[in-house]
Amino acid sequence: MSIEVSGINKSYGDFVALEDINVSLPTGQLTALLGPSGGGKSTLLRIIAGLDTADSGSVEIEGVNATRLPPQKRNVGFVFQHYAVFKHMTVAKNVAFGLEIRKRPKAEVKAKVAELLELVHLSQFAHRLPSQLSGGQRQRLALARALAVEPSVLLLDEPFGALDAQVRKELRDWLRRLHDEVHVTTVFVTHDQEEAMEVADEIVVINNGRIEQIGTPDQLYDEPANDFVMGFLGDVTRLGNVRLRPHDIELALSPAVAAGTAPAFAGVIARTLRVGFEVRLTVDVDGQGETTQVVLSRTHARALDLEVGTKVWLRPATGASSVPVLGIAAG
Amino acid sequence: MADTSTIRGRKSPVTYVMRFSVIAYLSVLVVWPLYEVTARTFAPIERGAEGGFSAFLERLQDPSVTYAFQLTATCAFWAVLINTVFGVGISLLLVRYQFPGRRVLSVLVDLPMSVSPVVVGLALVLAYSSGQGWFGGVLESAGIFIIGTTPGLIMATAFVSLPLVVREIVPVLEEIGIDAELAASSLGANGWQTFRRITLPSIKWAVVYGVVLSLARSLGEFGAVKIVSPGAEFRGETATILIQNRYTNYEEPTAYAAAFVLVLASVLALVVVSLIRKPDHQ
Repeated sequence: MSIEVSGINKSYGDFVALEDINVSLPTGQLTALLGPSGGGKSTLLRIIAGLDTADSGSVEIEGVNATRLPPQKRNVGFVFQHYAVFKHMTVAKNVAFGLEIRKRPKAEVKAKVAELLELVHLSQFAHRLPSQLSGGQRQRLALARALAVEPSVLLLDEPFGALDAQVRKELRDWLRRLHDEVHVTTVFVTHDQEEAMEVADEIVVINNGRIEQIGTPDQLYDEPANDFVMGFLGDVTRLGNVRLRPHDIELALSPAVAAGTAPAFAGVIARTLRVGFEVRLTVDVDGQGETTQVVLSRTHARALDLEVGTKVWLRPATGASSVPVLGIAAG
Repeated sequence: MADTSTIRGRKSPVTYVMRFSVIAYLSVLVVWPLYEVTARTFAPIERGAEGGFSAFLERLQDPSVTYAFQLTATCAFWAVLINTVFGVGISLLLVRYQFPGRRVLSVLVDLPMSVSPVVVGLALVLAYSSGQGWFGGVLESAGIFIIGTTPGLIMATAFVSLPLVVREIVPVLEEIGIDAELAASSLGANGWQTFRRITLPSIKWAVVYGVVLSLARSLGEFGAVKIVSPGAEFRGETATILIQNRYTNYEEPTAYAAAFVLVLASVLALVVVSLIRKPDHQ
């Protein structure tokens, strides 16, 4: 195990930021800490890096107890949301910083910097100042700078949060490929479930200072531990006594069609909305206070000739992941 | 900057009235008096005597005048040096650390700005003079005399110009934030390395600006120094005290010459500052 976090507690005054956090991250894995803003995920990352201290609990990095070590002794690379590049140094000097601090020979530093700039595609900008780079380039620079010291773990705090959607997507793919090349244990914080599912090997869902679930993207999506995880990872709707994904509902025009095992719920289409290739239906299910959302492909919807007022029967698709509705939450 | 040029392009009577009043105000308050000092500096002392630059230089070469300027330079140098080191330290403390009494410290740093320098001088005398100061007695027994000696003058000057460096650095430190410093420490830099390689280059111009300002302030300091210094020729007579002494002793030409040098030094400082400021705002 590369990072072993056990029993971490952290409060700011009355506010409990983290409560009894236990998680172990294997070497070479790309892990996402996913959760809503203010949920404690950044605090956990900063505690691992040593930029923040926990009230209690311990952090072990590569088998060494790092709980009391200052950040410069932990051998972690940290990438900040707002880049934190050294504005008065050129791109090459930024990358060389950690190596120069470690008093490596000049030739070695030069070779390593050239190699890393190549890796992040910034070779032609080596002699520019960070102010002459775009946001995405600055973040790649920050990554190269963190990788230069060959950290045992790489920690990224909302690394793409300050970038626009297009660049964000590009960098996301790029980070995944980079990780496959470099294989350094990486932890990144994000509040974007799509980002986490696309990039990470494993996702740790954190909410209100607690870990809600740990698992692969598939596990989280298919077998969410609770209501929160299910709702955070994608759209959720209610059908009968369960919550499930709107695209996991089968829709039929008569109760007899499809000899499904689950009982069908009768209802009337209240609203239809077409977005691109999909059609989103709002169905008033008989005897259910809350409406049910159903998503169909455009072709499917057209074949069934659906419109507002059409009477339909709904049932969970076979193999659909669902969680029971909690008595109080259902209202 | 399209907005400014449109504003500038519109010339109403109000614009002219405002311009005139600003120019008139500055002339009455600054330009005319300074012109008088300059004119008197280079004017012949009496009818038929030689005036101009050589006479000006001659007056400055008087040993007591040279002594006064040397003393002022020494005081200003040490005061600025001390204030730079402590100014950077205090600024870091105020911005980067949370501790009880932080606000009190911040107010204390500003105090020399608002307290009259004469009061500062008086306070130093009370605290350090060998006769009445409780601390002075201790120092005296150790063979150290503050009041009436150069260290006393340096202290008075440093006290008065303390806030200038701090007030320049604090806003810059607040603006640059701590991310770069944290990044440096995660890359393995210790506190001193982070300060020297990351923090200092970022606040460089603020420090220079503060140094120039406090240098200008130190050269011109009068009130506090006047109280602390014996104020006699060759005995603690700084340039400003010299001007006062000569002026009241009817040796006005020397007073004008010395005053002109001080004006020149301040103008020079302002030029340096504006040259520094320019690249910052581009």
